[in-house]
Amino acid sequence: MVIDCKHVWDAISSYIDDSLAPETRELVQKHLDHCNICSAVLDSTRNILILTGDDRVFELPTGFSERLHARLDEQIRALRPSQDA
Amino acid sequence: MTTATPNPEELTRIQAILAGHHDQFHDLIRPYERTVFAMALAMLKNEADAEEATQEAFLKAYRGLAAFRAESRFGTWLASIALNEARSILRRRNQFPTDSIDSSDDEQPGISPALLRDWREIPSESLERAEVRSILRAAIDNLPVLYREIFLLRDLEELSVNECASTLNITVSAAKVRLHRARMLLQKELAPQLKHLNPKRRWFPWS
Repeated sequence: MVIDCKHVWDAISSYIDDSLAPETRELVQKHLDHCNICSAVLDSTRNILILTGDDRVFELPTGFSERLHARLDEQIRALRPSQDA
Repeated sequence: MTTATPNPEELTRIQAILAGHHDQFHDLIRPYERTVFAMALAMLKNEADAEEATQEAFLKAYRGLAAFRAESRFGTWLASIALNEARSILRRRNQFPTDSIDSSDDEQPGISPALLRDWREIPSESLERAEVRSILRAAIDNLPVLYREIFLLRDLEELSVNECASTLNITVSAAKVRLHRARMLLQKELAPQLKHLNPKRRWFPWS
């Protein structure tokens, strides 16, 4: 059985997560081996997910961590006043 | 690929906190600060609100630590608290109803990806360029909230698809469909823009 490009695009996300059924994966793999367009779709998606999933895309505001831990400290002290002793 | 197995060091630390060593909570959450903030920012698109949501999420996690069930990972539990915090801010802003008009995702036709003949890999070092970060952020911001949520849980927080499904209270197959669409939308939006970025671009044409 041969599958066309559209079927491969529908399987890209599960292919990346390695969650395709073995027989589907084999069909997709065979297609990818000879189709430059689908290989480029796969490579670009994978690459884009690595970049967009990187938490450095979102910059932490200056002093973020200090403010967070200071607020946590307040909470800890408020709930456990005996800890201050 | 992530697993659902709790991290033994974290479990020991959690037990210590519950036994009275409350200050250890600071160390427990340090590895998660950045991703929780990133998720809140991607959901809320506003730095001040995202910082508030992150602080609230960690405070809730601290107060509710005794309710943490060790059969899930601490990070998964935290991601779900953070997601709920961001959602409640969205609801308060009254943005949620407008944003979720596109909620009937199951009838939408498939999304065709951007077609290319080849792809030259863009390395993670390119994130040092503000221009690249801003292109990526705009694409994430433009995802409908339904797709943004699953993308953030799976590809930023690195939850498994099953963990995403249970966090969002949807079936695993619905989670897979949403995730696929989220990823295809990102590819469609970003591939044409990123294709023109040459990581090895030289600053001087003669060098």
